[in-house]
Amino acid sequence: MKSKKIILENIKKANVSSVPLPSLEIKHTSYEDKNLKFKDMLQSVGGVANWLEKSNSLEDFINEKYDNLGVIATNIDISLKHTKTNDIDDPHSLQDVDLAIIKGEFAVAENGAVWLKEDDNLNRAVYFIARKLLIIVPKDNIVNSMHEAYKKIDFSKGGFGTFISGPSKTADIEQALVIGAHGAMECRVLFADLI
Amino acid sequence: MSTGHPQKAEKFASDTKRMKWHDRALWFVREKRDIQAHSLDEWEELRVKADEIKAHTLSKLDFYLQEFEKNAKANGIEVHWAKDANEHNKIVLDILEKRGAKKLVKSKSMLTEECHLNPFLEKNGIEVVDTDLGERIVQLRKEPPSHIVLPAIHLKKEDVGVTFEEFLHTQKGNSDPTYLTHAAREHLREKFLASDASLTGVNFAISETGGVVVCTNEGNADLGASLPKLHIACMGIEKIIPRLEDLAIFTRLLARSATGQPITTYTSHYHAPQRNGETHIVIVDNGRSEILANEKYIKSLQCIRCGACINTCPIYRRSGGYSYGYIIPGPIGSTLGASHDIKKNYTLPFACSLCASCTNICPVKVDLHEQLYLHRQDVVSAGLLDKTKYRALKIATFVMRYPFLMDLSGKIARKIVPLMPRWVIYSKFNVWGKNRELPKFPKNSFKELYKARKK
Repeated sequence: MKSKKIILENIKKANVSSVPLPSLEIKHTSYEDKNLKFKDMLQSVGGVANWLEKSNSLEDFINEKYDNLGVIATNIDISLKHTKTNDIDDPHSLQDVDLAIIKGEFAVAENGAVWLKEDDNLNRAVYFIARKLLIIVPKDNIVNSMHEAYKKIDFSKGGFGTFISGPSKTADIEQALVIGAHGAMECRVLFADLI
Repeated sequence: MSTGHPQKAEKFASDTKRMKWHDRALWFVREKRDIQAHSLDEWEELRVKADEIKAHTLSKLDFYLQEFEKNAKANGIEVHWAKDANEHNKIVLDILEKRGAKKLVKSKSMLTEECHLNPFLEKNGIEVVDTDLGERIVQLRKEPPSHIVLPAIHLKKEDVGVTFEEFLHTQKGNSDPTYLTHAAREHLREKFLASDASLTGVNFAISETGGVVVCTNEGNADLGASLPKLHIACMGIEKIIPRLEDLAIFTRLLARSATGQPITTYTSHYHAPQRNGETHIVIVDNGRSEILANEKYIKSLQCIRCGACINTCPIYRRSGGYSYGYIIPGPIGSTLGASHDIKKNYTLPFACSLCASCTNICPVKVDLHEQLYLHRQDVVSAGLLDKTKYRALKIATFVMRYPFLMDLSGKIARKIVPLMPRWVIYSKFNVWGKNRELPKFPKNSFKELYKARKK
C-alpha cells in the first residue's frame, strides 16, 4: 500500500500539463471483397481459409481435409468421435489434442485474424495447446480493420479473448520463418453457419 | 572508462563480415516494416493518434492507474505496486512462495530484465525458464538478449545448433532452423506442462476494462498463462492506455513496426483468471516517474517496445546490442539508459549520428534523436565527457567565436597540413582520423573564393 501511495504522489509531483484525449475517428482502409482479402492475408501468415458449401456438413469437411486425425477436442456438437473440451477438468490433459475445433466470433480482413471469446469455454488452453486449429466463423462475419473489430468487442463482464492470426511461428533463428513454435502448427478458418 | 559504447562497438565491428551480416539481417526487418506501413494510407494518421493517446495518458497517469486497479480488481485480478526493481522482485517471489510454486515459465518481459528478476528468483530456489525461443537460446548460453524483439539476432544458426546440441541433445552439426525450432518446441512443451506458475510481460493495460493485453507470435505467453493456475503479469506504469478501443490503433502499429507482420499471431486479452486460477498484476515504477517529471525525456515513456528504432539505426546495425551495455539497446535504450543512470551510460547518447531515422519510424512519435542530443548536453554539464573530446570541443568553440581566429587557423591549416607527413597527421591524437581520411586541402577558403568572385 505504501508504494502505491509513493508512486501516485511522484506522478502528481511530475505535474505533466494536460493533453486532450483524441477521438478515435479515423478514415481507414476498407476492402471491396473482404472475403478475398481475409483469405490472402491469412495465407500470408501461414493459415488457410475455407467456406463450407451448403450441401456439405462439417463432418464431411473434416473428413475431407484431415487424414489420420488423433484426438479431436471441441465444445461443438459433432458426430465424429471427440472429447468435449469443457468436460476436461485439468487443461494439462489436453496435451494430446490433435485438432481443436473452436468458435470464432468474427474475422478481420486486414490481418487474417479471428476474434475468439467463448465465454462458455472452460479451458482457454485448448487454443494454444492443440496441434491443429479449426476455427469456425459465421459466414460473412468479416470486418475490414481493427477499428471495426474493437467496436464489436466487449469486456464489461471480464473474461478472456484473443485474436489469432494463423499458426504459431517464430523467426528467432537467423530470421528464418518457422511455423509451429509453441502454439498450433496449423490453423484453418472455416466460414460456416452452424445450427 | 574503457567499457563504453565506442570500445565495445569497435570490437564488434572488427569482424567485418559478421558486422555486415548483422547489418543486413536488421535492414531486412526494416524493409518488411516499410512494406506493411506503406500498405495503409492512414499510417501517418495512426501514428498521430497513437502519439496523442500516449501523451494524454501520461498527463493523467495517476488517474488511469487507479481506474485500472479498480477495474482489474472487479475482474478478480490482484494488483500489486512496486516502487523499484527490488520491491518488484520481492513481490513476485512472495506470490510464488506463498503458493509453493517452484517452477516458473516466463515469456518476454523487458521489465523483468531491467529488474534482474531471473537471477534473484534462481538464488531463491525457483527454476526460471524463458520460453520465447530467442530468449531460451540466450538463457541457455547465459547471455542477455541483444535486441528487445529479436533476442538472438546476434547469433548465426550454427551458434544455435551448437548450443542445442549441448543442452537439448540435438543432432551434431544440424543447424536447420525448422529442426532446431521444433526441438525447442518439444523441450519447452515439457517445461510448460511441468510448471507451477507463469510470468508474462504486458503490452497494454486497459484502464477502462481492467485487463492486460499480451502479444506474441509463438503462443508462449498464452500457453503459459493457461496451463498452470497461477499467472503473474509485470508492467511498467507507462503501459496504461485509457480505452479498449485505443487498441485498434496500437495493434495496427505494433507488429507492422516490429517485424513487418500485419498483426502478431496471438493478441490475448486477460480480463479474468482462468478457471480456479489466480492472476496477479505487478505495477512497477523503477525510475519512470522521474522521467515523467522531465519534460525533455517524457516522450520516451510513450514507447511500445516495437524495436523499429533499433532495426533502422545505422549505429545499432553495425555495433550490435551488446555494445550498449544497457538492457535495451539502440536509440530508445540510449535515451532510457541515460535517463536511468547517466554516469554509467554516458557514452550512449553519442552512439548516434543524429540521422533521425529512429524518430521518423517510431510508431508513437518518440522524439528519439532530439532526446539523445539533449542527453549529450547533460553528459557535458555533468563533466562526464571524455577529456580529449572535451578539450577539442572547447578549442573549437573558442576559435569559432572569433571570425578572425577562424580565418587565420584555416589559412595556417591549408598551408601546413599538406606539408606534414602522414604519421604526424594521423597520430594517436587525431581520434577523428582513425577510420577517416582528411579531404584534400584547397588553396583558398570558400570565403576567399566568394570575395574574389564578387569583385
